[in-house]
Amino acid sequence: MDLNKFTIKQAQEKLEAGEITSVDLTRACLERIGAIDDRIKACLTVCENEAICAAKEADLRRKNGEIGALLGIPYLAKDNIMTRGVRTTASSKILENYIAPYDATIIKKLKSAGAVLLGKTNLDEFAHGASTENSAFGPSHNPWDLSRVPGGSSGGSAAAVAADMCLFALGTDTGGSIRCPASFCGISGCKPTYGLASRFGLIAMTSSTDVPGPLTKTVEDAEIVLRVIAGVDGNDATTVDAHRDRSRPVHAADVQTTMTGKKIGIPKEYFGEGLEAGVKKLVMEAVEYYKKQGAEIIDVSLPHSKYGVGVYYIITPSELSSNLARHDGIRYGFSDNSGNDLLSIYKNSRGKGFGPEAKRRIMLGTYALSAGYFDAYYLKAQRVRTIIKNELDQVLEKVDCIITPTSPHVAFKIGEQSNDPLKMYLEDVYVTGASLAGLPAMSIPVGFDNGLPVGMQLIGKRFAEDTLFAMGRAYQDGTDFHKRRAEIL
Amino acid sequence: MELSKEQIQHIATLARLELTDEELEKYGGQLSAVLGYIEQLQEVDTDGIEPTAQVTGLENSWREDVVRVWDDGERLSAINLAPEVDDGQVKVRRVL
Repeated sequence: MDLNKFTIKQAQEKLEAGEITSVDLTRACLERIGAIDDRIKACLTVCENEAICAAKEADLRRKNGEIGALLGIPYLAKDNIMTRGVRTTASSKILENYIAPYDATIIKKLKSAGAVLLGKTNLDEFAHGASTENSAFGPSHNPWDLSRVPGGSSGGSAAAVAADMCLFALGTDTGGSIRCPASFCGISGCKPTYGLASRFGLIAMTSSTDVPGPLTKTVEDAEIVLRVIAGVDGNDATTVDAHRDRSRPVHAADVQTTMTGKKIGIPKEYFGEGLEAGVKKLVMEAVEYYKKQGAEIIDVSLPHSKYGVGVYYIITPSELSSNLARHDGIRYGFSDNSGNDLLSIYKNSRGKGFGPEAKRRIMLGTYALSAGYFDAYYLKAQRVRTIIKNELDQVLEKVDCIITPTSPHVAFKIGEQSNDPLKMYLEDVYVTGASLAGLPAMSIPVGFDNGLPVGMQLIGKRFAEDTLFAMGRAYQDGTDFHKRRAEIL
Repeated sequence: MELSKEQIQHIATLARLELTDEELEKYGGQLSAVLGYIEQLQEVDTDGIEPTAQVTGLENSWREDVVRVWDDGERLSAINLAPEVDDGQVKVRRVL
């Protein structure tokens, strides 16, 4: 078996047994990237030399007796995550030549765990999108059908994992950006509870919903990565010490995966109009699987879900228009100083540096926050957000998790809807709820519709990632959709 | 919700974005469509509902107000990212 095809768990066992080295694994991934990434275009930067050096160091640490779940495991990181000394662009022209001067906290944690950074992956510019088509450096391609999008915004990360270019990848999720591409590419993706993992060193988008998380080949692997990157960080005041009572190093195998007594909520609003029949069928088959394993299936209702996209597209542009104000052509990034005054440096640098979607969102946010409109838009959206959050919390008091499709359809064709921003926003219809409420959610593959992967979303109680992992593992223990790989033509 | 070209130009100025005529036209239509969709929020009764900005119940996360030394290499590489640097300082146009 090619080493790059291993899951983290498999590689870990081989490394521990001394059958392979991290250098072997890292070379296999780099070779895979070299062989197919001209077609997938998942990577924006590959740091070959640094990766081999890090792999050698990991091998040395292991030789000296160290063990660790991610020691020597090669991974890719979404290019909106700061990596010291490595170009970090957020897929924007405005940061095309930006070299990150420090590491994000989650990158630091992975470094000290001995994981090996292979490079950086493509995304929609500043994570604004659901297809990677908004990247200033061109779209990534779905390994299952190169004419289709991999989803977004963490599309490069998802495509890379699905095509075995790495053992896992990091993404960020603000309103579906891990779950959507995981679904379109047929892999597992976990958006943790808001505040579980540090946002320090993520290029900020929507500060009140941004979270980093893993994209992996199995649910078991997602759990391994999340345990390393989670935790309180003095540099992110919103991180929560949620797992302090469970600080024991839980090995995935310890987690109970029995479904007897588990209650699963099925919200009717997520299975209605707009959902493709093929997707609905596969998600309901997965629900049936849980039922056979002893879970109780309960019909629930989330009547305000339909306002999720509307709320999200007020809150997100408002927060990101403030966050992107720092790109001013003065301190770093692209600068056009052809004008004679300060204002023209701002306007020209930003006008030429940002792509169309970033500009649209900045303007939408600026408008929503401007004098006279704040109450009608931002404040109203925050109030509806409260209703959406309470509604989800109330349902989750009665059930262990909620199951929905991740996306209403399979991956669409590149270019098919890139001229209609509103249509693209509606892509997020099933994923915004968990983001607005800060709940953990995961997408796992549940089958194929006309040869394209379909994802199921599991939404859990705040900080109850363990439940989601147990449920995801129970499903993957009895199915093999997560093991299928695309033949890349 | 139709935004006029003047309104779009005003928003772009507030947002510090230099836009071409073509862009003003295009974004005007697109933003109007999005705002039209968002109008649906007005039908939700939010009387007496508090706004949510924070979802995990944290309040006032304090830390000591202390000076932390930043690694010199990182600090210098951060400053050197600026388009114009003079003697370890970022150079800007006059603001007064």
